[in-house]
Amino acid sequence: MTTPKITARNVSVYYGATRAIDDVSIDVTQDEVVAFIGPSGCGKSTFLRTLNRMNDTVPSARVEGEIYLDGEDIYAPSMDVVQLRARVGMVFQKPNPFPKSIYENVAYGPRIHGLTHAKGELDDIVEGSLRRAGLWDEVKDRLTDSGTALSGGQQQRLCIARAIAVDPEVILMDEPCSALDPIATAKIEELIHELKGRYAIVIVTHNMQQAARVSQRTAFFHLGHLVEFGATSDIFTNPRAERTKDYITGRYG
Amino acid sequence: MNSALVPEAPTGNSEPDQRRPTDWTTGASRRRTRRRYAAERRFRLMGLAAVWLSVGFLAFLLMSMLWQGASGFVETRITLPIALQLDITPDRVVVRGADLALAGAGIEGAVDAAATAAYGAGGAELLSDGAWLHVRDAVEADPTLLNRRAMIDVSAAADIDVAAKGEGTPAAEAQVAKLAAAGALSRGFNLKFLTDADSTDSTRVGIWGAFKGSLMTMIVTLALAFPVGVFAALYLEEYAPKNRWTDLIEVSINNLAAVPSIIFGLLGLAVFLGTFHLPRSAPLVGGLTLALMTMPVIVIAGRNAIKGVPPSIRDAALAVGASPVQVVFHHVLPLALPGILTGTIIGMARALGETAPLLMIGMRAFIAAPPDRITDPATVLPVQIFLWSDEVNRGFVEKTSAAIIVLLLFLLAMNGFAIYLRNRFETRW
Ligand SMILES: Nc1ncnc2c1ncn2[C@@H]1O[C@H](COP(=O)(O)OP(=O)(O)OP(=O)(O)O)[C@@H](O)[C@H]1O
Ligand SMILES: [Mg+2]
Repeated sequence: MTTPKITARNVSVYYGATRAIDDVSIDVTQDEVVAFIGPSGCGKSTFLRTLNRMNDTVPSARVEGEIYLDGEDIYAPSMDVVQLRARVGMVFQKPNPFPKSIYENVAYGPRIHGLTHAKGELDDIVEGSLRRAGLWDEVKDRLTDSGTALSGGQQQRLCIARAIAVDPEVILMDEPCSALDPIATAKIEELIHELKGRYAIVIVTHNMQQAARVSQRTAFFHLGHLVEFGATSDIFTNPRAERTKDYITGRYG
Repeated sequence: MNSALVPEAPTGNSEPDQRRPTDWTTGASRRRTRRRYAAERRFRLMGLAAVWLSVGFLAFLLMSMLWQGASGFVETRITLPIALQLDITPDRVVVRGADLALAGAGIEGAVDAAATAAYGAGGAELLSDGAWLHVRDAVEADPTLLNRRAMIDVSAAADIDVAAKGEGTPAAEAQVAKLAAAGALSRGFNLKFLTDADSTDSTRVGIWGAFKGSLMTMIVTLALAFPVGVFAALYLEEYAPKNRWTDLIEVSINNLAAVPSIIFGLLGLAVFLGTFHLPRSAPLVGGLTLALMTMPVIVIAGRNAIKGVPPSIRDAALAVGASPVQVVFHHVLPLALPGILTGTIIGMARALGETAPLLMIGMRAFIAAPPDRITDPATVLPVQIFLWSDEVNRGFVEKTSAAIIVLLLFLLAMNGFAIYLRNRFETRW
């Protein structure tokens, strides 16, 4: 067993007085894809957002417990949030490209982190990221067009390209395919396969088949609790908890 | 995966719907449709009527101003036969300081004498107080005039000017008729109106002094209110914790925007003149006072514009590791800028038209020279309009309208600039 990339220990998250996540412990290794499943409102997004401290932007949110990235406590005062988010990238449920050119969308991250020193280098990063996101062939002739002029699926792949342009160590995806048609979904799943190994990936999804297809391990959340966490094949064929079974057979959710 | 666990289609175990399918062809249904169409039409008509009403008012205002004010840009001139006999050599006239040399040589008296010679005992009264300036300019342009007899067009006195434009007293009308019969009357563009400042003689007044005063005041206002307003809005929206204090600040700012402007004038009087002893009547003080008034408008408009930036953009930027300051300056501010600019222009337009607070800080003084620095005494366009509209002399009526035209053009230019800026910075989504 390799050392985990991310370790969460006894994490609870509160919005004001309400507890959205209750005592969750999980770890994610460098070379795997972990899927979070569970009924709507069970806290998947909330938990995902604690992993790169995006919850800091919600004034009422409070996090208890510990989360380590490579053994480093990310909620420690010495942790630099900006650097953390560069190392733990995020793709959101709704595609949210900047209202700037496609090129600028991808180049923004490397530029603010000073990852390049020459214009050519930046061009290479942009092209490489768009290629890995499977978008290059569709946009290579119109890099100066607005990112918001793309289709929904293209926008989502642009957001993925933007996330990987910073060369993060972990990518968090919150229902990246919920607004996409089956073809765009298939492209993104392919992309996840390709990115696997290079980045640790955590993906939230409502699509059981998708979880089964892309992940090695699956975590089932219910009402803020982590009900079951194990190999994806086990969860889908032989769930230990009754609630997990009910959920994946579609009895509720 | 395990096919036994694939969800099955939901079975119809809910109550069957008891209602019959809706019939859309009944009379009641048709009437509803007709009423809906009628309502749509009424609404469109009302909207159109409202638009036309406001366009009509605007057109009426502009037309009546143009109608009354256009003649303010035109002056009546009288042809004056003159043979100057001044104690001055022509070469003195072409060097710098010729104005003073000519004035010292008694050109003013010579012009009066020529008028008396040409038009009888009351001849000098026919001419404007500034008539000799025309002669002086003519001499400067052509120094040979000093040695010969010439005909020079000079501005007519105020009552002659008014009578020539058809609204004078019977006595003045008679004189105008006489002059016209002699072929001595002409009209010309009143360039001095655009280059001079206030005067007691309506034929000598100019708008430039007030225009420059307004311009300087607006620059001071903008330089202060815009950055302070934008930073306050950014801080309140992006950084300030949401608590009782920020609520209190928000309420105060909203109230500040609604405070009658004259109160700001009193505040300016007490603080800038009373405490800081800044010069009275200066664009600096006027600008500071108006900035106090404009800032809350910019803060409110700015906060709304910043609120309008989708949170998903902030999330996107934060998630690639942008710092809060980078999020604000790379994403939020550019996207909010069109809205901020619109609010700024509304505030500035209000400030430009403001009279009351400026009266309080002494900008109503009679100031006959355009300001050179923001600490010089000055007046502004609306105050100038107010002062002229108060004059008894009929010659000031058209000057007032002409000044209003200049003010409206200033406003138009400002709004045009705002629209240009907004279109430049507008982002297509
Ligand atoms: N900003 C917030 N303030 C207060 N409560 C919140 C906030 N965001 C989420 N919650 C609450 O926390 C709980 C978990 O929400 P979360 O968004 O994590 O659910 P989710 O599992 O991602 O659901 P979905 O699948 O519908 O996206 C919900 O009950 C929600 O109402
Ligand atoms: Mg969610």
